[in-house]
Amino acid sequence: MYAQLVETGVKHVKALEEMSPEERHFQEKIDAEIKIEAKNWMPEAYRQTLIRQISQHAHSEIVGMLPEGNWVTRAPSLKRKLQLMAKIQDEAGHGLYLYSAMETLGADRDDEIAKLHSGKAKYSSIFNYPTLSWADMGAVGWLVDGAAIVNQVVLQRTSYGPYARAMVRICKEESFHQRQGYEILLTMMRQGTQAQRDMVQDAINRLWWPALMMFGPSDEHSPNSAQSMAWKIKRQTNDELRQRFIDQTVPQLELLGCTAPDPHLKWNAERGHYDFGDIQWDEFYEVIKGNGPCNQERVGTRRQAIEGGAWVREAAVAYARKQQNKNAA
Amino acid sequence: MHTQPLIPYLLLLGDSALVHGQRLCEWCGRAPAIEEELALMNVGLDLVGQARNWLDYAAELLGDGRDADDLAMRRDERAYRNLLLVEQPNGDFAVTMTRQFFYDAWHHAVLQGLAGSSDARVAGIAAKALKEATYHLRRSSEWVQRLGGGTDESRRRMLAAITLLWRFTVELTAGSDDEVQLAEAGVAADPVAVADAWREQVAATFAAVELPVPQPASHFYLDGRKGLHTEHLGLLLAEMQFLPRAYPDATW
Repeated sequence: MYAQLVETGVKHVKALEEMSPEERHFQEKIDAEIKIEAKNWMPEAYRQTLIRQISQHAHSEIVGMLPEGNWVTRAPSLKRKLQLMAKIQDEAGHGLYLYSAMETLGADRDDEIAKLHSGKAKYSSIFNYPTLSWADMGAVGWLVDGAAIVNQVVLQRTSYGPYARAMVRICKEESFHQRQGYEILLTMMRQGTQAQRDMVQDAINRLWWPALMMFGPSDEHSPNSAQSMAWKIKRQTNDELRQRFIDQTVPQLELLGCTAPDPHLKWNAERGHYDFGDIQWDEFYEVIKGNGPCNQERVGTRRQAIEGGAWVREAAVAYARKQQNKNAA
Repeated sequence: MHTQPLIPYLLLLGDSALVHGQRLCEWCGRAPAIEEELALMNVGLDLVGQARNWLDYAAELLGDGRDADDLAMRRDERAYRNLLLVEQPNGDFAVTMTRQFFYDAWHHAVLQGLAGSSDARVAGIAAKALKEATYHLRRSSEWVQRLGGGTDESRRRMLAAITLLWRFTVELTAGSDDEVQLAEAGVAADPVAVADAWREQVAATFAAVELPVPQPASHFYLDGRKGLHTEHLGLLLAEMQFLPRAYPDATW
């Protein structure tokens, strides 16, 4: 899970000679691959961009629990239920790591979560698609976590130290989830009934394109990429990562015995890559704007959880204060 | 040798853990804080894991070709042996935590007894589960105190939760005749010791924040140990068992 379309607020990437001495020193550190740490000086736009990106990433982990939570009560065996519960637990943990990394930048977790609930902050577009069958649990693990890993493996080298280190820990768990997801599909395809195989193909048909959209807009429509790349927050472009994902995923798709819902998908020996069809960018921008199939439900559920749980958090604070007073007396 | 009375006892343990784990799954994405998302799923995961261990053993003793999944996914509510307490709906966080605490206090005492069971398989499963239940009990008793001793609103909700759930605690303090026999044979936890430990734990946790302990709950027409459940279990199972029931030939 991760962030798409992160605004940098920067129109033009400055050359070294345009920079103040502080900015220049900062950029030289970046160019020398020296990690930026919380106490180091950094341009305000770098700080704000990272807050946006890491909070989006954290929100994605938390909202991403919902499509799976939709099936955890209906998992078809004890083993599958346990796997899904462990995965959801990991995701809550990833959310916590990421909010902590974000807070090293001086942002406040509750403020950023309030932005999510008011629709100001984004999360990955993929979680606005519904999970309609058990096969979706496999497809989400394989395709969605798979796309997240392609992105996150690169982010292990991102220039901000706390974010890079969070990614190292998260990637290990995500790879495990992805293999589990694939194994769910493989079991259904190889040992299952025709009804189950149909379920798998249907899940792939519905989630294939949304998974490709997880890499964000194509490079020509990605105005914030240049600055993010110069700051080495991003290490590779959206299109490069998307291509890598497709190249590594198509053989897995073939091994399953399934097809992609893309008549233009074919190996291009000249490029050494798979060619693929056009992404429905209108759909992508609508979903990002809040008009996807589940945007209302997802944000509504999260808002209800936090607003409806306010009395619990208030009780915890009040109780802690009373205990402190008691101990002090 | 103890096979006959042991099976319903294993089902009591396994079904209670499973149904409670299922209830905790329903919280996914809806908890009052992210830390609680993690904790509720963590506790649920422990319980479903334990359920699998108990049901595996029950299936072996039954020896009729069914495995733990068949027991979980293809038994109707009249064959389920879980405590009535754990099938109760989540309600608000106070109801969930009160239910958790009542169950944990029982579960912890039962597992302590079972860790010394003369049945090595039971003792082994219980010893592992006891570590988990110790954590569960610490967590739920702390929440009972936070809510009971927090704000006026949290205390009001806590009192309402106790009132709602107290009637089901009769099952935690009264074992069946079979259990008494199994306990005398050194296999099951002694129901009298469990009841004493349960009452002591509830009294101590409540006393710390001056929550009143109600009069002992009286006999309650239904009986989870006999498969006589509240109306909540049927719906819970309909949801949980949907896939294996709808696709009986499938391999997941």
